[in-house]
Parts: sequence; structure tokens; C-alpha cells
Amino acid sequence: MSRGSLLFKMELRSNPEMLCVVRNALGELAAKLGFSEAECRAVVLAVDEALTNIIRHAYLGDSEQSIEASFHRIHLPKDGKSEDALEIVLEDSGAAVNPDKMCGRALEDVKPGGLGLHFIRQSMDTVEFTHSNGRNQLRLVKILHGQTSPKGS
Amino acid sequence: MQIAARHLDKITIFDVSGDIDLATSPQLRKALLRELRELKMPRVVLNLGAVRYIDSSGVASLVEGLKASRDVGSRFVLFGLNKTVREVLQLSKLVKIFEIYENEEQSVAP
Repeated sequence: MSRGSLLFKMELRSNPEMLCVVRNALGELAAKLGFSEAECRAVVLAVDEALTNIIRHAYLGDSEQSIEASFHRIHLPKDGKSEDALEIVLEDSGAAVNPDKMCGRALEDVKPGGLGLHFIRQSMDTVEFTHSNGRNQLRLVKILHGQTSPKGS
Repeated sequence: MQIAARHLDKITIFDVSGDIDLATSPQLRKALLRELRELKMPRVVLNLGAVRYIDSSGVASLVEGLKASRDVGSRFVLFGLNKTVREVLQLSKLVKIFEIYENEEQSVAP
């Protein structure tokens, strides 16, 4: 499957100290692509939360494991035109996550924890999780509003 | 993230700066729980004016602080929320459960 044009790719250790490095790089990238300040914050929050989940739940806090992150500019068909979007794919080889359990929790419960997935879903247009060949893959897409172009251009 | 504590009568004020995330939220949680559960301070105030970023683990630490304050009968107060922090708290739908003020003067008022 074509992933559009690769913007950049990184491999990072599953160390919480790395999160701020990714946030800074991604914030710059999202701004360069033309996302608004609020959208940049949303994308950064979603990826930070996704990486946090990988570190905590897939790697159970082991800070020496590997996470791959790739960032692509893609074109999505919409009403005969195409819409630009940022696609982010995060991959890890930690414990398999059951997609059925990736539903977050009721926000009416005032308790710490369990908000990460809710933040991801609120921040991104597409959130897809797959597990194959021993690897978890999370695909996140954020549409770049106001950047439509004629289909095929 | 950096946390500096100040004391004003029976009020502890924490000035927090930087990013509150998975790497740093345990430090915030520990500071809050010590002040509330161990020292039983009647009011703990968090100045979030210099916080650049907060994620769900940071929000979870604030919720733990709030729960501890309810357990011991203290007040847990936030002030100086910038756009980023307010946005994340609103996204969590927890913004209404906290006692939030615009500035320090309001936060320490009797």
C-alpha cells in the first residue's frame, strides 16, 4: 500500500525521556505542513499519548525497547478532489494489544488514568490499530483542512 | 519539569514549569501527595502558568491530588492555566471538577 510521500522516519527507545524530543520534532513538522496552532497541539498530544501507551502497556515500562515512527503526507479522496493529510504510523514489537479493549473509559468516572486513548481519538481523524507478525501498528491520520486539490494533480 | 514550593501561612504553593508527561508526572504526583497526605496542608495551590505541555499522565496526577485533598479535607487549587493546559483539561472533561482561579491572589484568598 502506498503511504504517500515520506516526510521523516525515526526509531526511538521506549524511554519516557524521549517523548519531549518527539513532541518538539512533530510540532515543527505539523506547523511546516500548515496545520493551525490548535491542530499542531492536537497532533502532538495524540502521538505523545500513543507513545506513552506503547511504553506502558506494550513494553510494560521497559525503557530499552524499540519504537518506529514514520510520518507521511498522503492524499485522501473526497468529493472528486483530494484532501491532504498527515499520516503517522507507530510500530512496536511489545505485548499484543487487544483492539477490542482499545475503547477508553467512561469520562464520568473521576479517576486517574485511562484518558490517553480518549485524547487520541478526540485529536485525530483516523485511529486504526492492527497486530500482525508479532508487531503492533497504530495508524493515525490528521486531515489538513483547507488544503484540497483537484484529484490526480 | 521543575517544581518549586513556597509556603504562605498554612498554604503550600507549587510553581510548576516545563512539560508534565510520563517522564515527569511521577515527580509532581509525589510532591502533591506528600503535601496533602503526609503533611496534611489545609490548602495546596498549583501555579501552572509556566507549564508548556501536559498529557494524560499529568492530568491523572492532578486527579490524584484532588482525590487526596478530598480524603483529608484539604483544598486543592489550580491557577494560571494557559491555553495548552486548559485545552487538555477540557478534552478530559475534568475541568469542572477542579477549583480553578485566574491568579495567585484569588487562589490564596481566605
